[in-house]
Amino acid sequence: MGEMEQMKKEAEALKTQIEAARKAAHDTDMASAASGVAPAPRVQLKTRRTLKGHLAKIYAMHWCTDNRLMVSASQDGKLLIWDSHTGNKVNAVPLKSSWVMTCAYAPSGNLVASGGLDNMCTVYNLKTPVIKTVKELDAHTGYLSCARFLSDTEILTSSGDTTCALWDLETGKQKTVFLNHVGDCMCLSLSPDMNSFVSGACDSLAKLWDIRDGQCKQTFQGHTSDINAISFYPSANAIITGSDDCTCKMYDIRADQEVICYQDAALNSGVTSLDLSASGRLIFAGYDDFNCNIWDSLKGEKVGELKEKKKSLSWREC
Amino acid sequence: MSSKMQSSNNIAQARRTVQQLRIEANIERIKVSKASADLMHYCNEHAKYDPLLMGIPASENPFKDKKPCTIL
Repeated sequence: MGEMEQMKKEAEALKTQIEAARKAAHDTDMASAASGVAPAPRVQLKTRRTLKGHLAKIYAMHWCTDNRLMVSASQDGKLLIWDSHTGNKVNAVPLKSSWVMTCAYAPSGNLVASGGLDNMCTVYNLKTPVIKTVKELDAHTGYLSCARFLSDTEILTSSGDTTCALWDLETGKQKTVFLNHVGDCMCLSLSPDMNSFVSGACDSLAKLWDIRDGQCKQTFQGHTSDINAISFYPSANAIITGSDDCTCKMYDIRADQEVICYQDAALNSGVTSLDLSASGRLIFAGYDDFNCNIWDSLKGEKVGELKEKKKSLSWREC
Repeated sequence: MSSKMQSSNNIAQARRTVQQLRIEANIERIKVSKASADLMHYCNEHAKYDPLLMGIPASENPFKDKKPCTIL
């Protein structure tokens, strides 16, 4: 048997082995296990601020770790830094390229980053007397879909070139390239301990990566279309994904499989963004039909809606 | 690209696929019942710190509009 044939055979055998192991672990699903849990209390959600200032579509936003400041990115060619408590704009950063798709706030609050169809991730220092570009990270061969700072010296990016990368902000070079997806990487989420991250891609797979050794540790399947949004559960043992297949899913990392699917026959728009409430109990998911649905993450039931905007919701952050 | 180079690329790709599958096949998996129990426990423990779930007293809510003050 040629080597190619042998490897195909081994690959099939391994896939069968993985499926069997997952099945053996599947003694229940999340919704059934949570059937005895009291329904999530109905909270009245009130709009407290409407932040006006951008002149074109807003593609992304990210909270600062102080839970007060936030950065938003618009295809009007600007990043705006907002004080959410007062509603005031604190800073405006003009972008070289207005085709921005993502923005990020460093945990220190000192830096922000943006990127998009320019294939680059540009990092800005907010603390210098005049906001300065500190680095232009240029190595991806596809659009920048997401960026997240680990610190003031390291940033993670995901790209339409199907790779994710960890960059050294002092040298401006890629330290590690994460190779395994076969479709555009659309989103990423850092684990709370920052030792790993998950990525979602147009190959309909979510992957868990070890940041330090660059290895893909686990692959989560089940979605039937692009994964546009992904987030770690605050407990760090699960991830939530949102997809163009109109569903969100929870995958448990230690069980290595999908444990619940958030879907409704009436929903036929793709999920474009999502985030979780502080305890993880509530999932806020934005859809292409301009709605935001709120799901009980344990019971799999829709528990509310945020119906306000007239345009598609591109980002939700709790 | 010569067909020899192409087939050696395909073999290299196949080797990487098999290697990746070996890594993924060898992990320890816990039962979904245990995973679910841990998730429910986490949510329960942290529910009281979740303002979107439990609400937040007006005095602690930084987003609540303050009533206007009159200077006497």
